[in-house]
Amino acid sequence: MTTNAAVLEARNLSRTLDQPGGPKSLLRNIGFRLDQGQVLAVLGPSGAGKSTLLRMLNRLDEPSSGAVLLQGADTREMDPRNLRRRVGMVMQQAYLFPGAAAANVRYGPAQHGIILNDSQVADLIQQVGMAGYQDRDVATLSGGEAQRISIARALANQPEVLLLDEPTSALDDVSKQEIERLLATLVRERNMTCVWVTHDVAQARRVSDLVLKLEAGQAVGFGTSQELLHA
Amino acid sequence: MLDLLFHTQMSLGLGQAAAVAVLAIIVAQFAARRGAKIGREIPLVLLRGIVQILLVGFLIAAMLRGPWWTGIPVLIVMIFIAATIVRRRVPELPGAYTLSLLCMAAGAGGVLTVMTLLGIVEPKIIILIPVGSMVIAQNMNIQSLFLNRFLGEVRSHRGEIESALALGAAPEHAAESYLYASFHASLIPAIDNLRSLGIVWIPGMMAGMVLSGTSPIYAALYQFVILSMIFIAGAVSCLTATYLVPRRIFTPQQQLRRLT
Ligand SMILES: Nc1ncnc2c1ncn2[C@@H]1O[C@H](COP(=O)(O)OP(=O)(O)OP(=O)(O)O)[C@@H](O)[C@H]1O
Ligand SMILES: [Mg+2]
Repeated sequence: MTTNAAVLEARNLSRTLDQPGGPKSLLRNIGFRLDQGQVLAVLGPSGAGKSTLLRMLNRLDEPSSGAVLLQGADTREMDPRNLRRRVGMVMQQAYLFPGAAAANVRYGPAQHGIILNDSQVADLIQQVGMAGYQDRDVATLSGGEAQRISIARALANQPEVLLLDEPTSALDDVSKQEIERLLATLVRERNMTCVWVTHDVAQARRVSDLVLKLEAGQAVGFGTSQELLHA
Repeated sequence: MLDLLFHTQMSLGLGQAAAVAVLAIIVAQFAARRGAKIGREIPLVLLRGIVQILLVGFLIAAMLRGPWWTGIPVLIVMIFIAATIVRRRVPELPGAYTLSLLCMAAGAGGVLTVMTLLGIVEPKIIILIPVGSMVIAQNMNIQSLFLNRFLGEVRSHRGEIESALALGAAPEHAAESYLYASFHASLIPAIDNLRSLGIVWIPGMMAGMVLSGTSPIYAALYQFVILSMIFIAGAVSCLTATYLVPRRIFTPQQQLRRLT
């Protein structure tokens, strides 16, 4: 590992599906590198391949070719479980596990043999603005509250990189703003490296340092958000 | 004397079969007039049914003259056929045939072997074939129920399962609660059969034994034994499946396959 390795690097990432009626290309030759604390916004219309790209970064989907490097190391050489602890993900919906909020927050660390104590759990829940909600049954949470717990659940693993797949697009306007602000603050405070998928150009302008524009599986623009969005 | 009885029993049986067949056809004709599309189908189904079951009757009659162990290959073939039927119920599951074959070999196969070795199932063709086929047929239903339910759960909880994977969960652990839920659901009918035994229904096997002159008390006990075997076979096969099925729905890279 070299000292100046990027925190996260994608090299010529492609994903093609073998389908009856010929192979279908979902994503072609995508590349980028992110240094510590940089936020990359991935923009593009529905079906452009944004989620596909994100899911290859924590290996929920398998790249057909190309490579993903985490701190300079090829992620194909890693145990997927270890990779996924280091590269956290928040999806469009919270997908909380039935039970209490605290159990959701404890889930990730428990998968790696770490049992969070009550004050660590309280701390994480407080950081997402849900202080005192440890014992709440997640079935009774609103969409915005559930999303906050899912963010705490992802942060509990202390990931080095955070992947966000349209984390605000299933929410009402007020929650949308609140969750965006919460995520932006958490990412800045922790100097986290982040890939943030959105189809909202204004949101990308507010939260990102770099921008990757996708269309029909191809990169149609890559640069700083200054160049691409503030022109 | 015995010859004479056999003769009357045979003709009696044929007469009974003809009578119910005629009745069924009459009912089907009425139904057809009300617009149900079974009028033409029914005579054919009846014919097919009687030919199939008569063939089995002849087969058992022939096997009765040979040694009891000729029943073993017959039951093994039944398990293979049952596995093809389970596969047809879950075509989206890769390797469903081998999976259900292994599970039912462990379930129905294991239970029948142990019960025969213990002498609970007597090694006689007249017992082995009917009891074995009942256990295998029910095991097949329980197995399909389990796989069907599990795949349904996985399909409707992709988000939760992938969220668990994304937090670093092992695939088996990510799917665990859906495995348990399906395990329970698939055994409910077998459990309810035991619960309602004698109260809501008197099973066909017992009715048959009583009809053929066995003591009703012994027939009752035997029926209990059979239902328990069905439960045990189902539980063992589904338990085996809980170990084997995660490997079929996840890739070696611990990704959830798309089941279409
Ligand atoms: N397993 C799959 N089988 C078939 N098609 C797939 C599969 N996975 C993704 N696709 C297709 O790949 C394309 C890209 O999907 P993806 O989910 O990455 O888009 P997206 O940019 O995230 O869209 P959205 O904004 O709607 O979330 C879509 O056309 C989708 O239908
Ligand atoms: Mg998407």
